[in-house]
Amino acid sequence: MQGKISKSSSAEAVDWPAAIHRALKAQRVRQVSYVPDAGHKRLIELCHADKGMAAVPLTTEEEGIGLAAGAWLGGERSALLMQSSGVGNCINALSLASNCGFPLLMLVTMRGETGERNPWQVPMGQATPEALRLAGVRTLRLERAEEASAAANAAAKAAFEEQSAVALLISQELIGVKSFEEKR
Amino acid sequence: MNALNRREVVAALLERRGALLVVAGLGAAAWDCTAAGDHPLTFPLWGAMGSACMIGLGLALAQPTRRVLVVTGDGEMLMGLGSLASIGVQRPGNLAIVVLDNERYGETGMQKTHTAYGVDLAAVARACGFADSRIVRGNAGIAAVRSGIYRGRGPLFFQVKVKPDAPSLVLPPRDGAHLRHRFREALLGKDAAAQ
Repeated sequence: MQGKISKSSSAEAVDWPAAIHRALKAQRVRQVSYVPDAGHKRLIELCHADKGMAAVPLTTEEEGIGLAAGAWLGGERSALLMQSSGVGNCINALSLASNCGFPLLMLVTMRGETGERNPWQVPMGQATPEALRLAGVRTLRLERAEEASAAANAAAKAAFEEQSAVALLISQELIGVKSFEEKR
Repeated sequence: MNALNRREVVAALLERRGALLVVAGLGAAAWDCTAAGDHPLTFPLWGAMGSACMIGLGLALAQPTRRVLVVTGDGEMLMGLGSLASIGVQRPGNLAIVVLDNERYGETGMQKTHTAYGVDLAAVARACGFADSRIVRGNAGIAAVRSGIYRGRGPLFFQVKVKPDAPSLVLPPRDGAHLRHRFREALLGKDAAAQ
């Protein structure tokens, strides 16, 4: 793991979920499906508030692979949001993307990295990059808030212009660590 | 038992299909759709079990002025049961799902599926907010299914009880990239499909 322990102040300074939302708009993404993650909270809200996007809550992440394929058949672009534990749910469905050459854009918030306080998140989080690689999905990393716009645009272009399956892995350092302490 | 003949049901539903867009779930449902006539606007699956209805949803949202039909089997539907809940949230008016329910996993040795033990898929779809959801047991019900697919206000769900037989294999093309491209070219035109 290459992340540093100290968290930079950039996460507060740059509204990185808004930057990702703007990138999705710029790349003409019209269907955004998700299984929620706290790290995706603001991006999910932005997508629901956007009248030019259909926000599609899923019961399990693999549904989003099928949705993205159907969207592409119909001439639309789709993005799929999840946390790293959801990657394991997607493995067989990813054969749809690799067999048919469907573009696929996954935005994955990482759990089980530096500072994780739930040990049950660690196995899938640590296996995520390799599991995606084995299933034929390219992985890109987003570590710093100020790189969000460039990284999201690059991932979307890799998906829709190079027509490949791509996952942008969003570092746990960027999203912050779930504390398990009561709010208020 | 007055269960229906699956090939005859699908042929009746896809006859004079006009501008209908079709997603066919893996196994016998895909063979049935191919037996009714291979068509560029049918997307047959050879894998990704459980995905058929979500592909139909993505397509229905992307093409709100076209009618979209998912034809699949009970085993494939059971693997993607959660997709009925996800469709129930979006409620696309142009989407219909037909489950050819032979109560068996036909491709793997005719083992009983959950529907053979009484699991009621149509009741699940109804509970998920489908506009209409019913079990169809006889030929008399097929006209209503057809009218729902082409003119009804969706999302619609029809669980059609069919005989647990194994009609001859009529296979669609198996090259996924070809299936994807021919569908987009037929729907979006040559130039758009290449983008």
